[in-house]
Amino acid sequence: MQRLGLGLLTLLVVSIVIFVAVNALPGDFAQAILGQGATPEAVAAFREDLGLNRPYLTRYFEWLAGAVRFDFGTAYSQAQFAEFAGSDAGSGLGSVAEMLGPRFRNTIFLAGLTALIAVPFSITIGVLAALYRNSVFDRVANISTLTSISSPEFFLAYILILFLAVINPILPVLSLVNDEMALTERIRMTLLPALTLTLVVTAHMMRMTRAAIINLLASPYIEMARLKGISPMRVIVRHALPNALAPIINVIALNLAYLITGVVVVEVVFVYPGIGQLFVDSVKNRDIPVVQACCLIFAAAYILLNLMADILSILSNPRLRHPK
Amino acid sequence: MTNLSRRGLLKAGAAAGVLTATGAVAGGHGPKRGGTAKIGLAGANTSDSWDGRTHSDSYMIVTAHGCVFDCLTEVAADGTLVGELAESWEASADAKTWTFKLRQGVTFHNGKPFSADDVIESLNLHTAEGAKSAAKPIVSAITEMKKMDDHTIEFTLAAGNADFPFLLSDYHILMYPAGQIEEAIANGIGTGLYKVETFEPGVRTIVSRVDSHYKDGSAGWFDSIEFTAINDSTARMNALMTGQIDAANRVDFKTEPLMRANPNITIFEVTGNQHYTFPMLTNVSPFDDMAVRKALKHAINRQEMVDKILLGHGAVGNDHPIGPANQYFASDIAQNSYDPDMAKKILADAGLSDVSVQLSASDAAFTGAVDAAQLYQASAKEAGINIEVVQEPADGYWSNVWLKKPWCACYWSGRATEDWMFSTAYETGVPWNDTQWENARFQELLLQGRAELDTTKRSEIYTEMQMIMSEEGGTVVPMYANYVDAHSNKLANSGTIGNLWQMDSSRIAERWWMA
Repeated sequence: MQRLGLGLLTLLVVSIVIFVAVNALPGDFAQAILGQGATPEAVAAFREDLGLNRPYLTRYFEWLAGAVRFDFGTAYSQAQFAEFAGSDAGSGLGSVAEMLGPRFRNTIFLAGLTALIAVPFSITIGVLAALYRNSVFDRVANISTLTSISSPEFFLAYILILFLAVINPILPVLSLVNDEMALTERIRMTLLPALTLTLVVTAHMMRMTRAAIINLLASPYIEMARLKGISPMRVIVRHALPNALAPIINVIALNLAYLITGVVVVEVVFVYPGIGQLFVDSVKNRDIPVVQACCLIFAAAYILLNLMADILSILSNPRLRHPK
Repeated sequence: MTNLSRRGLLKAGAAAGVLTATGAVAGGHGPKRGGTAKIGLAGANTSDSWDGRTHSDSYMIVTAHGCVFDCLTEVAADGTLVGELAESWEASADAKTWTFKLRQGVTFHNGKPFSADDVIESLNLHTAEGAKSAAKPIVSAITEMKKMDDHTIEFTLAAGNADFPFLLSDYHILMYPAGQIEEAIANGIGTGLYKVETFEPGVRTIVSRVDSHYKDGSAGWFDSIEFTAINDSTARMNALMTGQIDAANRVDFKTEPLMRANPNITIFEVTGNQHYTFPMLTNVSPFDDMAVRKALKHAINRQEMVDKILLGHGAVGNDHPIGPANQYFASDIAQNSYDPDMAKKILADAGLSDVSVQLSASDAAFTGAVDAAQLYQASAKEAGINIEVVQEPADGYWSNVWLKKPWCACYWSGRATEDWMFSTAYETGVPWNDTQWENARFQELLLQGRAELDTTKRSEIYTEMQMIMSEEGGTVVPMYANYVDAHSNKLANSGTIGNLWQMDSSRIAERWWMA
């Protein structure tokens, strides 16, 4: 409960930071959308229409009050549309929430698929690397995962495109997913970005698994287990891994949060219609309500996943579960 | 292909207003119906809508103007004006009263028949209170719209304008169903060859062919088209190379040779009216001195800029804003050339030495603007002119630098008619006159040409105007930037590519077919 409260407090602080940072961006929507036509009069008229010339504090509290009710307001881009058409009746394009909804589902789908691949993969590699530590396998696993994490995402993406889409045309270059698509087709479309993200997050999780297990292998109870004559694999999976879960879960949570918030580059490269692309478009257009909502979602994802990690690591540790 | 021969080809093609893309005509096969075209386009936004008044970028121009909606008139691929929803038109002798006969038997996608009321209401959208339409100047010049019968309209203009039918082909002036405009804008209901199936702003648009259409037999060959928004240039090129899409706009100049080497890909490139400029405020010293302006025009190496900034994908400009896609483009007037000695002499004759000026630039003006300014700096040094390049922030460039700083970089996409271009940016006193240039003879010719219906006389008038601007005007036009697009061998076209906008004047959906 206390954790939840702290989480909410953090979110509030983050919302202030977001608001201040976003408003500190040079240029504004009026200038961005008017481009060459941004005469002082036109800009002023636009700002007036959008309420951009009201005090910061008023705007912040209005926005906050809305955000609590999941009402992120109307995107400027669509407000402009509504004004042109007289009203936005029947267009279904009104609010930021409606704009974000489908994009957010797509991003979650990508993050989910990546997690399904990356988490079992990196834990397995991590366990094996701990088991055969300092062997050739361990070295190769370390070098390759560290190489992939050290490369920029777009570079990994282009390498994968080169090998899996251009030289061997197995997967499509563009991840054009939509809601009518069959699941298998959708997975096929999403595989390349998911693999790219897998390469990015694997090293962290794998190395944490390896380190946590190796750390435990020096403990007396492991020595005991070994003296009992249990096979090394069983020692690690049965005895070491459960005790190493807490740090591993934390790292996984951090990486899952990254999968939601850090997908901007990958989504742009693969033209994946997720929240990252929307974010980039909106920053470019200075569509502040959308940018703010995106930031808030990113922050909430981080806080929520960290909260879950905390709870899970408590659950995985009997001593914390039953405090004296 | 060397730069030189490509340029030669371009010039020849540009003069005719067209460019035949090599191998574009598939073995003499004529157009045939059928198939789904997949087109990837840059220039999409999450703020896109079917409201023609807001359209400014390629994605919506191709999907609305060139696909779902129609205008009254259309510029054909060869540059001539033909009727779209208008069948014919005639003007009074002073070009002030225009009578348009509308096509009969046309219906909107929702079944509503098209008539004069639709035209009047659609045009009124642009002058509605608070509307921010780029076509406002065109429509507000109409003082009266009189419905003679269901398919005849008489327009009365405030002043004679011989280009009026041409102006109505503008991509902002789309025809919506009267009384249902809101719904039409929300769902994309037009009279075009294709009706909207799916529209996700900034993501994709799917359209399908209507069963019968007045353009049957002359356009509209695909059964359906999938437009995908791909703003990332590498992703767009990759998608075309791997066959995920069949055509893409805005080929990246740096990867163009790689695309060209792919046997499945054809690049189609046209020189249109899009041009880059360096406007000087002619009421600010030292640009108020004609000698300085003339010297600066001879201190720029235009060819070098085309080669280095556009990597050959362009043509040299001649310090006036009329391009090869205009009707009265004067290709034979004297070309302002790079001649440092002449520039020095002009300055010396005027008693000037050590001219130092500041040139403000940012890549917001056009891609490579800062580099272009630095090239200018280097070439002007030879002529004894010191240019200090001031790099401005991209944000707010158009509000804080353009029209404000004495000399800056700028771009113009060009206008369909000479009068429209001149009266947007070079007429005395207009808000976008980015040179504050005033020239009595130029102004006189502008008004004369506007109301003149005789094409020979107009040609003379506009040629003289281009000459005056080229010699005395306040803007330096280093180059025209080509529209460079690409398609795979799955698509075919007539071999005549329009040069008004990207993607065959944004009419790829109507004019092309599956090979």
